Amino acid sequence: MSAQIDRTDEDVARHLAAHQQKSLLRFITCGSVDDGKSTLIGRLLYESKALLDDQLSALGADSKKFGTQGDDLDFALLVDGLSAEREQGITIDVAYRFFATERRKFIVADTPGHEQYTRNMVTGASTADLAVILIDARKGVLTQTRRHSYLVSLLGIHRVVLAINKLDMVGYSREIFDLIDREYREFAEKLGFEEIVSIPLSALRGDNMTARSANTPWYAGPSLMEHLETVEIGATKQNASLRMPVQWVNRPNHDFRGFSGRILGGGVRPGDAIRVLPSGKTSKVARIVTLDGDLAEASGGQSVTLTLVDEIDISRGDVICGAADPAGLADQFEASIVWMSDEAMLPGRPYLVKVGATTLGASLGQPKYVVDVNSLDHLAAKTLHLNEIGVCNLTLDRPVAFDAYADNRDMGSFIVIDRFTNQTVGAGMLHFALRRSQNIHWQAVEIDKDARARLNGHRPVVLWMTGLSGSGKSTIANVVERRLHALGARTYLLDGDNVRHGLNKDLGFTAADRVENIRRVGEVARLMVDAGLIVITAFISPFRSERRLARSMVDDREFIEVFVDTPLAIVEQRDPKGLYKKARRGELKNFTGIDSPYEVPETPELHIRTEEHGPEEAAVLIVEFLQQRGFLRT
Amino acid sequence: MPNLTHLQRLEAESIDILREAAAESEHPVMLYSIGKDSSVMLHLARKAFFPSRPPFPLLHVDTTWKFAAMYEFRARMVAESGMQLLVHKNPEAERLGINPFAHGSSLHTDMWKTQGLKQALDQYGFDLAFGGARRDEEKSRAKERVFSFRSAQHHWDPKSQRPELWRLYNARKNRGESIRVFPLSNWTELDIWQYIESENIPIVPLYFAAPRPVVERDGLLLMVDDDRLPLRDGETPSIRSVRFRTLGCYPLTGAVESDADTLPAIIREMVLARTTERQGRAIDHDANASMEKKKKEGYF
Repeated sequence: MSAQIDRTDEDVARHLAAHQQKSLLRFITCGSVDDGKSTLIGRLLYESKALLDDQLSALGADSKKFGTQGDDLDFALLVDGLSAEREQGITIDVAYRFFATERRKFIVADTPGHEQYTRNMVTGASTADLAVILIDARKGVLTQTRRHSYLVSLLGIHRVVLAINKLDMVGYSREIFDLIDREYREFAEKLGFEEIVSIPLSALRGDNMTARSANTPWYAGPSLMEHLETVEIGATKQNASLRMPVQWVNRPNHDFRGFSGRILGGGVRPGDAIRVLPSGKTSKVARIVTLDGDLAEASGGQSVTLTLVDEIDISRGDVICGAADPAGLADQFEASIVWMSDEAMLPGRPYLVKVGATTLGASLGQPKYVVDVNSLDHLAAKTLHLNEIGVCNLTLDRPVAFDAYADNRDMGSFIVIDRFTNQTVGAGMLHFALRRSQNIHWQAVEIDKDARARLNGHRPVVLWMTGLSGSGKSTIANVVERRLHALGARTYLLDGDNVRHGLNKDLGFTAADRVENIRRVGEVARLMVDAGLIVITAFISPFRSERRLARSMVDDREFIEVFVDTPLAIVEQRDPKGLYKKARRGELKNFTGIDSPYEVPETPELHIRTEEHGPEEAAVLIVEFLQQRGFLRT
Repeated sequence: MPNLTHLQRLEAESIDILREAAAESEHPVMLYSIGKDSSVMLHLARKAFFPSRPPFPLLHVDTTWKFAAMYEFRARMVAESGMQLLVHKNPEAERLGINPFAHGSSLHTDMWKTQGLKQALDQYGFDLAFGGARRDEEKSRAKERVFSFRSAQHHWDPKSQRPELWRLYNARKNRGESIRVFPLSNWTELDIWQYIESENIPIVPLYFAAPRPVVERDGLLLMVDDDRLPLRDGETPSIRSVRFRTLGCYPLTGAVESDADTLPAIIREMVLARTTERQGRAIDHDANASMEKKKKEGYF
């Protein structure tokens, strides 16, 4: 069974030919701390001869130094790669291992058993076809076993191996094996696995790892390796119809316009009718272009470049679908969410969501429930904490093409990204689109922004002034508003201090409150822009991410960032409100410029240096800029 | 994905990663080390963006101590791919004349490669760098993400890696921070060789066995590539049939005795081999968990 080969040329040649035709099984191992996961993987590597002499000699040396097995090899050390975890004696992250036998090539995700690292297990499970769930025969089915099994089923893995390990420690007892097997199946019934195969094991002693063990004469099933080599792969449903998210628009010159992406469902041939989402435009496939020449067809999993018969507008993130059975299109969903951040999920907070090749603005509703992973009961909750799993509504800022996760893992999965830290804070699986999302689009109104702009005689825009406290933002903003008013423009000034007195008086200065502060100001600005006004804002807004957030809330062309640039030395000298002196004395914390940074705008539309221009001059520059850009008539 | 062979699947995944990374970054670059993994990565990049040229330059962080044959090969590949090549040599290391003999392999590697790489990334303002590392190479690599986030100081923190699910890669970062992307994460050494053979990818001739002048030192067979290698007492170069399984700085890269002078012969030898490819590299033996330490500091 193993990759061991005789050293004859024909055998090598046969082995190599076999290697190229091999199938690939990706699986994960999960279980509680000390169930022996690392030992099991180390043993599989050892038995498949994936280990080489220098690794074995290093293992011998490490076993003596760090090992827990006396003079024997400690296989776990092969797998526990990072020195931090050697010291703690536990696996702390997901690690990928590779081995091959004559029949198959394997990628194993070794995933941790510690509760606080559940997010890593979800990571490993998201790409796996099968899960090996370890149980210590002395302990039976534990809370962790239930949690991991639930996660495995949640992530759409249908095949499970129940590895009942350390059977040598219970005298290879058939009764104990049967008891655990029964208990597990009873629990797992709710999880809907297609197949559960229980195998009695001692990874440490090698029982039933690669061949049936004499110590378990009562067991008639396959060894672990035999099962992994022969288990069916790819029972996941294949979409009959094409799904290809466009990753990259390929335009080497004016004569060629191709759409590059990976086929995530169905297949494609030249001549096939396609529909592009979200635009809904249709065309036909002209060519399937690769460096090795055009293809007559391409199937699921392949990365290709398509050209179309018609010239239609397609951008990155759009999905090319088979015309007969396109994906769904919606902006509101019900979804399962696994929360992965120390900072709890904030319902209503603006997050980013990446789905396919698109990243969109998103918010999550208050959880309908969280799942108690021990009982699978549904519990009420206001938020999701680290490692909690719940069902929420997801609202996106525009419609995306999708399939339900149960139908297509790649078209129904998404990650949640924090706008501030850019961390991946959650992972989700789409259940279905909410009906109201399909029926209630933005209320189409007859009097729209353009109509108001025509009546007003100017176009709406946000002038976002940013700069240090005392830099002159409010002064300049007032002059700008006065001048615009004189020109007959409809304006409104949103001043930082004034907003803090009313709309945002419930907010402090924590990171979450800052986001909310800017979000509300952005929403108000957006409504005012829709109403046709020229909105002038004067906020310190020291962080780039805040300003990016504000910009993202209106049309990019309707946002003008004005950097009011006065050096710190000068504003400190002016200090109109005495705030800098207070901050220097330590009486004001988190004061921008003193003990909190001001992130200078990298590409503001306008850069006003107040040392060169007084407020009146600055206002003239700003008004002229609006005229040049066509917001105002000249 | 039932009809694809294992290599086709690996290729499709790598192309997916290359496209996604290039699309999500403002200023990407491909680290090019001239070795076989770089050759495969470059080939995949050409496939990923065909008929366009890959939308990024190549960057070679040079140590001035590579084999002469590697510099020749580099020139050839630049001409063939039509891509821009940037070569960076740490000016500080150049000024101090850092070399593996007088300063030891640790300092040599740190100055030329780790510091040199950081300098180059900062100097050009690259926000994303492709590297040819594979997870099967070494234990700490097995835990590396495909998209691996680096702080503004280029540090890797294995405890706060972003979870990486499905094929949804999070490439977002703030100014100054960067992402390293490893399109070959899921390839093994055998996959690399078989792909080189099936795709007919050019590689440096040093991978093929030939009679070469070598000396035996500290358990390594070192090739006398130029007159900068100081011979110790009693060392006389002898001509032996050798080849290299991995290529780096010639004074730090051990050869293996071999007659394998064709790709099938190399693959056969590889299948029968009982040592891993990194064994020929002096730097890995320096300290326990040395690769993890280097990576935290910013080594590729």
